[in-house]
Amino acid sequence: MTTELLYALVGVGLFSLGLYALFVRANLLRKILAVNVMSSGVFLVLVALARRTGAVAPDPVPHAMVITGIVVAVSATAFALMLMLRIVQETGRAELPDTWSE
Amino acid sequence: MEVVITTFPWEVVLILAPLFGALSCFLWPKSARYLALSTVFVSVLSVVALAIRLITTGSYRHAIGGWRAPLGIELLADGLSLLMLGVTAVVGLAITVYSTGYFPNRQLLRFWPLWLLLLAALNALFLSGDLFNLYVALELTGLAAVALTALSGGRAALISAMRYLFATLLGSMSYLLGVVLIYHSFGSLDIMILAQRVVQSPVVWSAMGLMSAGLALKTALFPLHFWLPPAHASAPAPVSAALSALVVKASFYVLLRLWLEVFPPGQTAMLGELFGALGVAAIFWGGLQALRAGQLKLLIAYSTVMQVGYFFLAFPLAMAAAWCGVLYLLLSHALAKAAMFLAAGNIIYFSGHDRIVDFDRIANQLPMTLAAFALAGVSIMGLPPSGGFVAKWLMVEASLKSGQWWWAFALIIGSLAAAAYVFKVVGHAFTQTTVRGQTNAVPALMEWTALALALTSILLGLVASWPLAWLEIGGMFSCESAR
Amino acid sequence: MSASATLPLLILGSSLLPGLVIFFLPESKVRIRTALNLSGALLKLVFVGVMAWGVFNGTTYETRLPLIPDLEFVLHADALSLLFVTLSSVLWLVTTVYAIGYLEESPHRSRFFGFFSLCVTATVGVAMAGNLLTFLLFYELLTLVTYPLIVHRGTEVARLAGLTYLRYTIAGGALLMIGTVWLYTLCGTLEFTYGGFVREFASASTNRETLVVIFVLLTAGLGVKAALVPLHGWLPQAMVAPAPVSALLHAVAVVKAGAFGIVRVIYDVFGIEFAANLGVTLPLAILAAVTIVYASVRALFQDDLKRRLAFSTVSQISYITLGVATVGPIAAIGGIVHLVHQGLMKITLFFCAGNLAETLGIHKISEMDGVAHRMPWTMVAFTLGALGMVGVPPLAGFVSKWYLGIGAMAAGQEWIVAILVGSSVLNAAYFLPIIYTAWFKESKGTWPAEQPRGRAETRWTLLLPPLVTALLALGVGLLASAPFSPLDWAQLIAGREYGR
Repeated sequence: MTTELLYALVGVGLFSLGLYALFVRANLLRKILAVNVMSSGVFLVLVALARRTGAVAPDPVPHAMVITGIVVAVSATAFALMLMLRIVQETGRAELPDTWSE
Repeated sequence: MEVVITTFPWEVVLILAPLFGALSCFLWPKSARYLALSTVFVSVLSVVALAIRLITTGSYRHAIGGWRAPLGIELLADGLSLLMLGVTAVVGLAITVYSTGYFPNRQLLRFWPLWLLLLAALNALFLSGDLFNLYVALELTGLAAVALTALSGGRAALISAMRYLFATLLGSMSYLLGVVLIYHSFGSLDIMILAQRVVQSPVVWSAMGLMSAGLALKTALFPLHFWLPPAHASAPAPVSAALSALVVKASFYVLLRLWLEVFPPGQTAMLGELFGALGVAAIFWGGLQALRAGQLKLLIAYSTVMQVGYFFLAFPLAMAAAWCGVLYLLLSHALAKAAMFLAAGNIIYFSGHDRIVDFDRIANQLPMTLAAFALAGVSIMGLPPSGGFVAKWLMVEASLKSGQWWWAFALIIGSLAAAAYVFKVVGHAFTQTTVRGQTNAVPALMEWTALALALTSILLGLVASWPLAWLEIGGMFSCESAR
Repeated sequence: MSASATLPLLILGSSLLPGLVIFFLPESKVRIRTALNLSGALLKLVFVGVMAWGVFNGTTYETRLPLIPDLEFVLHADALSLLFVTLSSVLWLVTTVYAIGYLEESPHRSRFFGFFSLCVTATVGVAMAGNLLTFLLFYELLTLVTYPLIVHRGTEVARLAGLTYLRYTIAGGALLMIGTVWLYTLCGTLEFTYGGFVREFASASTNRETLVVIFVLLTAGLGVKAALVPLHGWLPQAMVAPAPVSALLHAVAVVKAGAFGIVRVIYDVFGIEFAANLGVTLPLAILAAVTIVYASVRALFQDDLKRRLAFSTVSQISYITLGVATVGPIAAIGGIVHLVHQGLMKITLFFCAGNLAETLGIHKISEMDGVAHRMPWTMVAFTLGALGMVGVPPLAGFVSKWYLGIGAMAAGQEWIVAILVGSSVLNAAYFLPIIYTAWFKESKGTWPAEQPRGRAETRWTLLLPPLVTALLALGVGLLASAPFSPLDWAQLIAGREYGR
């Protein structure tokens, strides 16, 4: 298998691992980490797929997408961390009560 | 004058004005309300000008900074985006005016910049012409919406905001992964180009699944709706109005665009049936929970869950009447749901609570608010004369015409449930309760905005031919043919 | 827009605009509100008169506005719509006077009169609707604007009565809507046409069963308001509303809208011949007959005056349905003219019931001993109305029943005559004792809640309306053979339908 395909599969694997952790882990910090792992997975897939066979240089568009994505992920993470701190402040625990029910 | 209107890039104004407005509200919080009001007025005027331009010269694309795709970003303005922008402007105006009364002078100054950011993001979303721009706009919308939800700072608000944040991030990432797969297969992000290149393949299948799942999560389709009721119920009333009326529509709009232009027709049938089934489940579940809700805002939030189910019924029907119906439903629901939440806000402002059985002759104390709620309810129930009725008519017609009468059955059951919970509220508003509490006078401005929005949703039922005609700009589909 | 297109809109507007303005009037502005109410009612009568004159001279009045792509909002004035519009306008004027008197000093009159005006607007819209879509629009609007009048008093009883009302009417509206959309997908049009449009436009592939199902859906949706058994349950409950509401709406406007709708569906959607061909007319006639008898029997056991009148309404409205479902022009005349006759007589009875309740606090028949000596004119009006209901000549009720009976025999449905005779006996059984009690029994001395006695037995605003309507009921019966009487009109309508 080619290098690109390997990277892409790793990326998909990261995405799935992150997804699993997002559902299963109760601690908010772990959930935020899981989201970050998921986004890293997506970016990895993007970068991997940017390599075009037979071309001289890689495709710049996915690279632009990754950079934008990283910016978005960073801001979202910062926001999520702040929200988590406020929740700890209000409830004393870094967890969401009854995760899936209303 | 004519030339100015038809050549000026109004879509850029629509995105930049709220952005700059948000910045200025952040920098000068003391005059935030006036800055917000002027920004929203500018938006409304721009939408009108854009409408004139589109009606006279047809749909068009604008390359930002003169850089063409694939590296540059192109904005697309056609009939569908115009209608969504229009309803955003109208609801945005009403919410802004309402909020000047709801948030007294120095409270919650952070509301204004966040609200204008949300408007900017929504406008950008409706004007996006390529998949990645849609992703960015979706993320922006989500983050702004979550921040607004957390605004009141109470425990319930913070927790529901966190849950909402996870849901929206998950949805966006799923969508992004789908975009990646599509780009890799067909080499373009632009919707128009993809419409011509996309063919059926397993990769497209996965991409469709990922993107649909992500967008369905963001639109709160059953069973992925779990984050919506607590978020919409614990946010301040104007924020709930914006969330239910506009934010939910944004992700559905993206799904609609993808479905109509990008996803290859041959592969969508099964997904359409799945959406239809989930839509029916949403109607039943949302209706049931709305009937059981003891608090008004929670009732209205579950009503949104139910109406989202209606939206997804258009996918298995997939004919012109169904698309026109669902679009009309998007428009009227936005107006009516916003009006309902604003009315609920008035009631909470007045009596300090929103427990339905404890409403003390609200009909006598707040007649305009109750009228707003009732009129909005008429549209939600799909009774004439209202935009909701026109939408329901079109969708029932599509359902019966195509022989798939069970969707019509679900629509009708949904309307009956809607009637039950709307009149539950109205009935209790006429009766008195034993426990009397403190009451505050509601500013007239707040009552009038709620009523005006509700009247607009009724008005939409009387002028249906024009919006539906504007939909045809850009040639996506026609509402006259195939009947 | 031409004059002939604006007149129907003006008729709508003459009650819509005053109604909207009244909503915003403060409670204290009694004079302005009264002025708006009465001028709106008078103006509407004038417009209706102009339209009637125009139609008599051959002018066509039609308003067309786009509503949904390919389907228009149509207002059209034909003989049947004129009949209903005139009835509604005349009775609205009378009831407005009555309501002003009845609700003196009551709270929330602005809200009441606002919705009252909207109700008349909806009724007039139902009358003038030119296609099923417009009819559906006003029909549902009628449901929505009558609800606040039922819950007007704000008591728990009123709220529950309102809920019952909504359960029935909204479900009925849903059935009507499905039937309408389905019919539209099959026929491509919904315009009311003489002789019906289904036969002509239904595609060849539509089978009879589908059309029968659609007919059932439409009739069930309309039958809720027309109080066909078993869809009548909301009507006795709705009597908790103030007397003017019961009088105009539940005795005249709402129930008539349902019956009117059934007439339209049979005549102008399906066509009487086609409907008879489908085999739906006989079951409908039987259902109407069952309603007539059942409701009359229930009426016998009611001590509450308004509830007895409510069951009487359920029974009497089905005469209209019966007349139309009997395939024959003479029976049709009987049914259609009963639209007017029953309206006049029933509204008189409800006015009188309201007078008794308002002046003396009487709600039950057992409290009515000797009341005729205290309120003679009210009881004269009541007696005239009651005798008309029973079918005593030369009152209006007799004319309708006569035509129904003759028509039934002519159509070969002799069993209907038996129903008519039987129900008249039952009518007598539940009306005559009331008359006897009022006139011939000794009064018990004191009344449950007597208002101080003025010069006349009660306020003139409460006394005049029932006398006027009672005289009208007498008049249309006596002068039935005169030109332009309701009977003449009904003959014209039936002639048009059967003459094809």
